[in-house]
Amino acid sequence: MKNLFSKVAMSVVVLSMTSGMAGAASKGVSDGVVKIGVLTDMSGVYSTLGGKGTQVGVEMAVKDFGGKVLGKPIQVIGADHQNKADIASAKAREWIDNEKVDMITGLLNSGCALAVQKLAGDKKRITMNTGAGSTDLTNKACTPYSIHYVYDTYATGKVTAQAIVPTGGKSWFFITADYAFGHSLEQNTTNFVKKMGGKVLGSVRHPLSTSDFSSYLLQAQSSGAQIIGLANAGGDTINAIKQAREFGIDKKGQKLVGLLVFDTDIKSLGLNVAQGMQFTSGFYWDRDNATRAFAKRFYAIHKAMPTMDQAGAYSATMNYLKAIKAAGTDDPDAVMAKLKSMDISDFFAVHGKIRADGRMVHDMYLMEVKKPSESKGEWDLLKIVKTVPAAEAFMPLSESTCPLVKK
Amino acid sequence: MEISFQMVMSQVMLGLNNGVFYAILSLGLAVIFGLLNIVNFAHGALYMLGAYVALLGFTSLGPLIGMPDFHLNYWAALIVSPVVVGAFGIVVERTMLRRLYKFDHLYGLLLTFGLALIIQGVFTNFFNVSGDPYDAKPEILNGVVNLGFMMFPKYRLWVIVVSLLVCFGTWYVIERTKLGSYLRAGTENPELVKAFGVNVPLMITLTYGYGVALAAFAGVLAAPIYSVSPVMGSEMIITVFAVVVIGGMGSIMGSIVTGLLLGMVEGFTKVVYAPASSTVIFLIMVIVLLVKPAGLFGKES
Repeated sequence: MKNLFSKVAMSVVVLSMTSGMAGAASKGVSDGVVKIGVLTDMSGVYSTLGGKGTQVGVEMAVKDFGGKVLGKPIQVIGADHQNKADIASAKAREWIDNEKVDMITGLLNSGCALAVQKLAGDKKRITMNTGAGSTDLTNKACTPYSIHYVYDTYATGKVTAQAIVPTGGKSWFFITADYAFGHSLEQNTTNFVKKMGGKVLGSVRHPLSTSDFSSYLLQAQSSGAQIIGLANAGGDTINAIKQAREFGIDKKGQKLVGLLVFDTDIKSLGLNVAQGMQFTSGFYWDRDNATRAFAKRFYAIHKAMPTMDQAGAYSATMNYLKAIKAAGTDDPDAVMAKLKSMDISDFFAVHGKIRADGRMVHDMYLMEVKKPSESKGEWDLLKIVKTVPAAEAFMPLSESTCPLVKK
Repeated sequence: MEISFQMVMSQVMLGLNNGVFYAILSLGLAVIFGLLNIVNFAHGALYMLGAYVALLGFTSLGPLIGMPDFHLNYWAALIVSPVVVGAFGIVVERTMLRRLYKFDHLYGLLLTFGLALIIQGVFTNFFNVSGDPYDAKPEILNGVVNLGFMMFPKYRLWVIVVSLLVCFGTWYVIERTKLGSYLRAGTENPELVKAFGVNVPLMITLTYGYGVALAAFAGVLAAPIYSVSPVMGSEMIITVFAVVVIGGMGSIMGSIVTGLLLGMVEGFTKVVYAPASSTVIFLIMVIVLLVKPAGLFGKES
């Protein structure tokens, strides 16, 4: 009996070893399909700047790539995480365990992004984050399988603060979305304001998706700060700016600065309200011929111009598929090695490179909202004031606390 | 930051501004619950619908009827939108709600909740979730008024005044006039009132229509302040239900006073400890339910 038991145990061990080796040695595409999951806010405050449009971006990339990689079909699925981290991780778990999803993208909302990135890292699945902003994603929360593709709060905070502080915006007050992203944006911007010789007089935190900002604005007003920094995004930024206007705050010499603004926010505010505002973006559809060509095709499907999240999702997907083709397999380790060694260069990313910590660095842009008289069409909203080179915009690799960075 | 009299007053004033929305919405709920025994979960969606009727009347109605220069202005919207949405409510009452009166409250609640989800879903499909601006605010209501302790937008002041008038007018009609006494009698004993020759079913239909119209009216008032978005109602409705529970289901004056008070409490909380402002109403609800389960103004049955 004992003998039989040891024989069975032995064969199990041998079997598992050989199958393990077979797995490591296999080339090509696992499960006969490359599946890309778009997990993002499809219905809430951020759905206009990401949402279905992000999935449209991914689907366009798959179509442009030819629908197949290494002879196997590419499939795109999407889901709404409703800005709830628990729903996001449950969906990601289901996708990875049952649906064999190979790469997850979109991931707006830093709270959801951090949860999914950790889970995917544990399960060796690639995340290419185009939506969320928290710098934690490429610092203490980084994984060997995570890429932060479009922007982060360090870059938008730095570029904006460097534009505002020297032109007289010395004292700041923050109105901050009360979760991972808002905190990160406030923290990063505070650092640069102080570094540039400005000071921060205070801050107030509001829950995600707030319809009435009047009381927060009043606190900002009574602080006497020259600049009211909005460390929030999407619908929250829109409401805050609109209501500041209503209370006449801008007329009394205080200036509102959005620290993360998307084209769709400006569209919603209207040029009359938003004109002259400066902010930082990773992409603008009307930058050159290549971006315009993409935007035109995107518009035909989505009936809106692409935001940096949506255009970034196209670029991320395209480069992911290129990496699979170059590596000859969809094995996550091999694909990540390729992604981190290749140049990322397309209509979206200029001088792009994916670093060891997963940060995709590329040129960023300081934007200014046009006056209504300068605008020639419905989506002619912004002009590029300054191009900030990749190396200047993003956190230097030497400062990253990601354990993958060899010091 | 130290707490000054000026800050407290400004926040309480803003709280009052939110409070009138709570009051006017919970009033509609109270009227409907008091007279129809229906917990109208679609109230938030109807409030949203009111705002959209105003928005679309301003932006899309003209081109639709072949007169591109025609815009339904704000003053007209204040009348038209409640009428249109009220008519929609009447259709809902006649075709659906009517069948549920003989059953438990729960069925009406489920039906109206389902309706709310459908209406919101349809609008989410066609409109921008982050909201569209409603730029029809009349010139005369632009600008700010100096209240001494703060600069207050004229428009918000107008909202407070007109909402209070509508709330107390409704209270007066229901509690102090003959029409109101019919309504109240109709809910106590419909058979007896019918025997006096009063058309009770028609009365109930019109009451629902009026409750719904109140929601739409609030929607039009809210449109220039907040962005008009498909989720504006669902964000509001939870708080409003808490207000109704605290005030006492079905109590007309209770819902008005509680709405105003809770708005101000919320405003005051923002001065003391801002992060608690979104939960303070629910905390009060818990305490009220423990101490006085029928609500502050409700009668124990």
